[in-house]
Amino acid sequence: MSLVITLATARRILTQLRHDRRTVALMVLVPTLVMILLYYVIDDQRAFGRFAPVLLCVFPFLVMFLVTSIATLRERTSGTLERLMAMPLGRLDLLLGYGLAFGLAACVQVALALAVSLTWLGLDIPGPLWPLVLVALLDALLGTALGLLCSAFARTEFQAVQLMPVVMIPQVLLGGILVPRGRMTPVLEWISDVLPMSYAIEAMAHACADTGPGGEFWRDVALVAGSAVLALLLGAVTLRRRTP
Amino acid sequence: MLHGLTFEVPRGQVTGLLGPSGCGKTTLMRAVVGVQVVSGGEVTVLGEPAGSAGLRRRIGYSTQSPAVYRDLTVLENLRYFAAVLGAPKDDPERVLAEVGLADAAHQLGATLSGGQLNRAGLAVAMLGRPELLVLDEPTVGLDPVLRQELWALFHRLAERGATLLVSSHVMDEAARCERLVVLRQGEILADDTPDGLRGRTRTSDLEEAFLRLIAERAAA
Repeated sequence: MSLVITLATARRILTQLRHDRRTVALMVLVPTLVMILLYYVIDDQRAFGRFAPVLLCVFPFLVMFLVTSIATLRERTSGTLERLMAMPLGRLDLLLGYGLAFGLAACVQVALALAVSLTWLGLDIPGPLWPLVLVALLDALLGTALGLLCSAFARTEFQAVQLMPVVMIPQVLLGGILVPRGRMTPVLEWISDVLPMSYAIEAMAHACADTGPGGEFWRDVALVAGSAVLALLLGAVTLRRRTP
Repeated sequence: MLHGLTFEVPRGQVTGLLGPSGCGKTTLMRAVVGVQVVSGGEVTVLGEPAGSAGLRRRIGYSTQSPAVYRDLTVLENLRYFAAVLGAPKDDPERVLAEVGLADAAHQLGATLSGGQLNRAGLAVAMLGRPELLVLDEPTVGLDPVLRQELWALFHRLAERGATLLVSSHVMDEAARCERLVVLRQGEILADDTPDGLRGRTRTSDLEEAFLRLIAERAAA
């Protein structure tokens, strides 16, 4: 592992993004626009206060998952990955480079959505803001890590895009947004217990509660962070120096 | 699928790897670079087993389809790969000039022509002045003038002490190599100098020599 190579990789990925302005615009603006849409659809300040943090949780994950899985799939199919594997680049250099670059992009995304929600949409967060931002960032990293992992199971971009609902929808359905997790049938609750998004949504709820972040918040944060690290390590296993 | 191949690539020379498409050239080159899963046999490169970490800075590799980022400019591509290799700061400009691509430095990969992309891929392989250059069909799809320029470049690199292993399926390029390894269906048909090959098959034309080698093998 080398810091120089990791940073060079992150810079390279951000430069690639910079050349693709439309993707940047979509990445940064869409979560905010959906937030505004949600506000007017719900048309109830208290209910909006309950759903807005969930959206802040889901969006960084969703967008980063998509962007990363496509980007790494391209890297695999265009031969640039093979070229890098023949060079003195560690597998973690590449993975952390992606995490760093897209983590930064997620920061911008969350900052805008949060700023608009807090001002124009009148979202009221009684406690400090940093726990919220922390959870959103961890979500983005989790999305990046799972995107890297899933790109190994896709041969084409069509397949990679189709993996998004597979990974995303069960996590949202079982994450306790629609039905509290405790009220699900035991089997579904067990499944929900092993899905990282459940803890991300829970952590977000703790972050927004007026009691502020406590022990349960930190337990959830640790679980989400641990899942991201696990997915990253599994992703590293799928990057092979030698291929048939 | 390669069978019982034994050959050596002399240092400081251009060795041509020739043979029809699908004969195993790319597999062999990937084995030398260390990105191919090798089920058996031994590949030693520059005195070390192929694929060892110490070799990654000493080998330059360019794949058949140019592996450069289409959404970066040529110079941004080179700067990134130079950073990964730890090559000197001015290396990107140097290799761009050597492959004759300085004019396209600020063009995005996606807007390059096939020949320009090829040369961009070659430029990446030349970063950090590697001791061994493994070039898979570097002149495919190039016009005759460019092809001649690139072969002159290969010989300049060899004169500076680099070892080159260059694959091609065009026989007229064979004449420009100092040594030839002719492959067919994963087997070596010949490992000789161009003159040695002409002498052995009693013909002055290398294309004809190749055909006679195949006939010889079929008769044996």
